[in-house]
Amino acid sequence: MSSGNATRNRIGAAVAAPVTFAASLLNRPLKAWQKLTGNNGMAAFFLAPNMAIFGVFVLVPLVMNFVYSMTSGSGVFLGDRNFVGADQYQRLLDCSNYLNPRTCREDLFWTAVHNTVLFVILQVAFMAVVSMITALILNGRIPARGFWRAVFFFPVLLSPVVVGLIWKWILQRQGLLNFALFESGLDPVDWLLNRDWAFAATIAVSIWAHMGFYTLILLAGLQAIPRDLYEAAEMDGTRPARVFWRITLPLLMPNLLVVIVLSLIRAVQIFDEAYVLTGGGPGTSTLYLTQYIYEVGFASLLRNPGLAAAASIVMGLVLAVLTLVQLRMGRKGEEKGKR
Amino acid sequence: MSRVFAFLIRRRGGSGWHWTDIVTWVWLVGGLVIMFGPVLWLVFSSFKTPAALSEFPPTLLPMATQTVVVEGYDKPLELYRVTTEDGEERRLAQVRRVGIVAQMVDPEDPGTLYKININDRVPVRSVDFATGNYVEPMEKNDFTLYLRNSVFVTVVATIITLLTNSMAAFALSKYSFRGRDAVMLLIVATLMVPLPVLLVPLYSVVSAVGLFDTLWGVILPTVATPTGVFLLRQYMLTIPDELLDAARMDHASEWQIYWRIILPLAAPALAVLAIFSVVWRWNDFLWPLVVLSSKENYTLQVGLNTYAGELNVQWHFILAMTVVTMIPVVLVFTFLQRYITSGIAGSGLK
Repeated sequence: MSSGNATRNRIGAAVAAPVTFAASLLNRPLKAWQKLTGNNGMAAFFLAPNMAIFGVFVLVPLVMNFVYSMTSGSGVFLGDRNFVGADQYQRLLDCSNYLNPRTCREDLFWTAVHNTVLFVILQVAFMAVVSMITALILNGRIPARGFWRAVFFFPVLLSPVVVGLIWKWILQRQGLLNFALFESGLDPVDWLLNRDWAFAATIAVSIWAHMGFYTLILLAGLQAIPRDLYEAAEMDGTRPARVFWRITLPLLMPNLLVVIVLSLIRAVQIFDEAYVLTGGGPGTSTLYLTQYIYEVGFASLLRNPGLAAAASIVMGLVLAVLTLVQLRMGRKGEEKGKR
Repeated sequence: MSRVFAFLIRRRGGSGWHWTDIVTWVWLVGGLVIMFGPVLWLVFSSFKTPAALSEFPPTLLPMATQTVVVEGYDKPLELYRVTTEDGEERRLAQVRRVGIVAQMVDPEDPGTLYKININDRVPVRSVDFATGNYVEPMEKNDFTLYLRNSVFVTVVATIITLLTNSMAAFALSKYSFRGRDAVMLLIVATLMVPLPVLLVPLYSVVSAVGLFDTLWGVILPTVATPTGVFLLRQYMLTIPDELLDAARMDHASEWQIYWRIILPLAAPALAVLAIFSVVWRWNDFLWPLVVLSSKENYTLQVGLNTYAGELNVQWHFILAMTVVTMIPVVLVFTFLQRYITSGIAGSGLK
């Protein structure tokens, strides 16, 4: 054990030596800079690298996006593009009946909106229920809790591409699921070639991949509920269902709301798993907003970055509202915690 | 084992099985099958030959027909278990098949040719891991290249993230200067600006600075994560200022304070950020998909998706490479799960 530690220390020292040397080289010029500019100068120095990258790759694009959404053409750089004002927005929103994408000028956009809304509602609802049940069960008296928690959590870390491919392999015509159906005497289904099943598959797969994350948040909430409340309820002989509705659910509400809003924000942006699993098909049945932005902006032959930017701003506004709701709830939760 | 058994026969209030016990049990076992099954299935499938993959019904373990080298024949012959007319069972190798009749020989005695109805023979099969699925795509260079690109992106992006984020977090937690709150507000405000919203202009910015279709174009936009700055700042706020003042009394420079005091003390938070950064960058898909256009620059995720989208999907390669793509994340999970779960429970980041 000690010899293992010694080796590890030696390896660590060997790796650290050149880094420490580089850091010490920096010390002298930085000391001079510190003398010259004082503490404010040092603060600027420490902030500079991060803020430079942040500015170029987050702030500038954020502002540019608004300008982009008011231009047309297929040029990448702003100089090659024509200013058209609100035309792109008009094109996006030009629709005689918003409930029927076929009556809209940008029917693909509205199909994506419809799909995304339906996806979000179903996915968030099922996600909340499934992760709630899982958290309640993991919080109960079960052996090897750490193991079971890991079982439900590990897909969270898998890459969306891996998740998509795993399920594509299982849901294909000659896949495992159809074999299971065949064994139990049912007819095989072309899961990914049927519009409704493909849509359901994207929901199920995204729940499979992310439920562990939300289960963890709910589990943390459950473990924060004082034990004596349950003991008191048990002494009074309260029925378990009543304990759930009267103690567990109200006290878990802040966590449950966080779960719902976070999963809402993520669900609106659904792309990776669904794209790998179905590619938006069959037809346009699993075309979601992010994929619409990606295809209009980059992938399609008639690319239109201006339109994609306008669509992304519409999506950004929705997300901003959801984020505000979340921040607000976070503050409320904090106040509750302080009390 | 006894704990499991005790759990199995545990009863609520001692009066028979309560329905909640059954629900718990069903949910956990069902969860185990649904969460773990697909991954196991992927791993087993990745060792099957193309022929075994297209078999229906499929077998769980990769099986292959055994072959033998028989004197007088160039290629190894497939081995079958044959039931002859007098009920005897023999092992014969198939030379060739004509219609419903197979010409077979005894490997021990290759002189005589037997004619056997194909319904009277069953292939001799054994578990056989087709490692070629892993070796071939690696040898064809594509995947070694993707693997190298992914490792490069992950390692470099994580190092830069740790360095720049910790510097910024240090400035934001330990200095008071004009505009600090404004900077903090800016960072918190963009905490939730997701990539899809920035996709179009980010593409043009990256092209304008000449990073389109380069690995640096994948790395740089991701490293200034507001989440990282936020996480590290919260942690550094708990480091007492007295420590810094004492160091200043000893004439330590500000850089030395950052390097020798703050960084070592913030190691737990840095470890959490490092783990998350590795997982994030390894798994990134949409941004590399947009910014990389030539095959030799693809990361594993983009390369995998491209292969899976081809007209002639070569599942035996794709499954194997999916397993390879999964390995680092599985390693991180097995050894560092504690940090990840505490990181999520503590800050809600993902």
